[in-house]
Amino acid sequence: MTALGKTLEIRSSPHILSGNRVDTIMWNVVLALLPVSGFAVYAFGIAAVLVLAVAVGSCVLTEHLLCRVAGKPTTVADGSAVITGLLYGLTLPPGLALWMVAVGGVVAIAVGKALFGGLGQNPFNPALVARAILQAAFPVAMTTWAPILAAGRFTSVPASLLAWPFSAPAPDATSTATPLSAWKFDHRLTETPDLLLGTTAGSVGETCAVLILLGGAWLIARRMMNWRIPAAIFATVAALSAVLHAFDPARCAGPEFMLLSGGLMLGAVFMATDMVGSPMTHLGCVIHGVVIGVLVVVIRVYGGMPEGVMYAILLANALVPHLDRLIQPRVYGTKGRGRKP
Amino acid sequence: MPLFASRTFAHGVHPPEAKDDTKGLAIRQFPFAPVLVVPLLQHLGKPAIAEVAEGQEVARGQRIARPDGFFSVAMHAPASGVVRRIGLAPAISGKMEPAIFLEPFPGSTQEVLQGRPCLAASATPDEILAAIQEAGVVGLGGAAFPTHAKLKVPAGKQVETVLVNGAECEPYLTTDHRVMLEHAADVMAGIPYLLKATGAGRAIVAIEANKPDAAETIRAAIPPGAPIEVAVLPVKYPQGAEKMLITALTGREVPSGGLPLDARVLCVNVATTAEIGHLLPQGAGIQERVLTVGGPGVVRKGNYRVTIGTPLRFVLETVGTADDLTRVFLGGPMMGQAVSSLDIPVTKGTTGVIAFTARETGFVGGQREHPCIRCGYCLDACPIFLNPAELGLLARNQQYERMADRHHLMDCFECGCCTFVCPSHIPLVQHFRIAKRAVRKAKAKTP
Repeated sequence: MTALGKTLEIRSSPHILSGNRVDTIMWNVVLALLPVSGFAVYAFGIAAVLVLAVAVGSCVLTEHLLCRVAGKPTTVADGSAVITGLLYGLTLPPGLALWMVAVGGVVAIAVGKALFGGLGQNPFNPALVARAILQAAFPVAMTTWAPILAAGRFTSVPASLLAWPFSAPAPDATSTATPLSAWKFDHRLTETPDLLLGTTAGSVGETCAVLILLGGAWLIARRMMNWRIPAAIFATVAALSAVLHAFDPARCAGPEFMLLSGGLMLGAVFMATDMVGSPMTHLGCVIHGVVIGVLVVVIRVYGGMPEGVMYAILLANALVPHLDRLIQPRVYGTKGRGRKP
Repeated sequence: MPLFASRTFAHGVHPPEAKDDTKGLAIRQFPFAPVLVVPLLQHLGKPAIAEVAEGQEVARGQRIARPDGFFSVAMHAPASGVVRRIGLAPAISGKMEPAIFLEPFPGSTQEVLQGRPCLAASATPDEILAAIQEAGVVGLGGAAFPTHAKLKVPAGKQVETVLVNGAECEPYLTTDHRVMLEHAADVMAGIPYLLKATGAGRAIVAIEANKPDAAETIRAAIPPGAPIEVAVLPVKYPQGAEKMLITALTGREVPSGGLPLDARVLCVNVATTAEIGHLLPQGAGIQERVLTVGGPGVVRKGNYRVTIGTPLRFVLETVGTADDLTRVFLGGPMMGQAVSSLDIPVTKGTTGVIAFTARETGFVGGQREHPCIRCGYCLDACPIFLNPAELGLLARNQQYERMADRHHLMDCFECGCCTFVCPSHIPLVQHFRIAKRAVRKAKAKTP
């Protein structure tokens, strides 16, 4: 009975764990983004491959180097830098110069995440922080949209991608308008089937609503996403735009257009639901979704820009700590929500 | 009962049940250890007072320690033998506690000495409570709270229903399951004592749906016309926790800081009930209890009737263990306490002895802790709706007072669901245990 002579470990219970892991959650999000990314490659060809590769590569490399600088073991394996890179790449115009993509990738991780203390500490979605900074720095390049399903997309690389660092690419003669800018500036409405299937101009991964929803459904089924957030966003945008459309159809498009155009699907399903940047209580998540929905409609309809999803989510991110402080679960055996005085 | 009564509680978790190895094995009598160690404190409350001397011979069932006041119970000799020593022995708390060391006579018939019987039909409520205290009965579900103290209904309070707890939601444990299957008659004999002592009108035996045979056996054993029902509950941890069981069966909540009495119910473990039904008619005291010896580290897993005071080393040597045994704990894996020494004896509150090998402990120990990613899983798991994520952050900064004052820390009953689900492997409940202890200490200091 040699075994009983051994020293026993003492640990406080529980002695078993569920098997939930941070990296499992993160890699599942990556998996959920693959169909969208695949469609992006189909729609924009080599340009999408290069943009996504540089976006993911720059994020992962920055994460790795910053861990090295801090003298900590690298956290690349947890998959969160890959998600940031992939999401960031999917929000970019397909013809963006690769050096700009790389700058944004460094900004996403260094400014959006590491500056706040790394995984779990960043109040704002790092991918959107990077995109917002690029939007401010390169307003023209960030609103130049390459046409979708272009003939030579698998054989040639658009010249705009290969611009030298710190040089602005020459405006592309073949650029087109996104459904939102077409509506805002020309009052042209894109057909709903095109929006659903993604055969419109737009950011690398925002166009195909069906595949985005498919990825979201996968994460919801695996309990890795709080469905209340996208549900609240969709409901709010639909209800608000239906009302505004009824009053002023020239100004506000109908709900189906508002839901399916621009970055709303990608943002609502994959960015507003980012666990780190969303509330922890279910009620908080619903409010978070409503706030984003209202902001999106207000910016799109009354703002100067055609699209507002990015700013809506970033603004809502700022409210999250307050929502989490104000909304506490009702403790068993007590009355009413909220904390004791 | 409303039409859409879910008959369970909100939140909770579904750990692997791990009961298949032992649930089909009948209870077997365990041999006597060469020396039995009977601690004087096996329950919550004050230790019993030894009333035997070193060198004295005692008969099995003879009282060897008397209760010290109301929050204390008697101890009985678990075997006929000689008191070798009265001194300190290691206890599960990690401290040394006074105990009676008893050496059983080899080959003796070990007949049980019986006392004055107490019959449910004729005894008054107070006589029943006294008999339960005298029999040394405490909560056999693990908490070891003196049962007579629990059954004493204060003036002005009323108990409508007694809940007999056969949920047994902890993985690995199958003792209550076997007791219900093999001692249904004792359970039925015990319930009238509970009803009479509390003045309750009816009893509900609560059983989780993974024990359909037990539910069937208990239902069949109910005497015609008796105010006893069986409720089958969906399998979920921690259904066996008093508060959760009350909510599952009545829809009521026990007020924060209150007692089940405030919800007009009382919960008694099913094995405790069976023990009362078995002991009181003979006027005997507890000498043994049924427990599950199992886990991947045990060779001959099973449900054994083990004499109180049997050292864990003897238990594990008798059943055989794997070579790479790394951890032994008493009770289930969700709330069971790991033992530091195998010289600790089996006591009245020991529901199981579970042994893990390097494979299981390596899995848990090998998980690297990540920062909180605010996934909210712990909020969805906590059965009393605390905010473990926020409590965890406060605990890390040692803001214990704030945790207690503003975030209901003291309502946490340490079920471990938060730690179980945390994808970042943050030891949440472990933090809360430390915090609760610190808060209690601070409170004891301030007058």
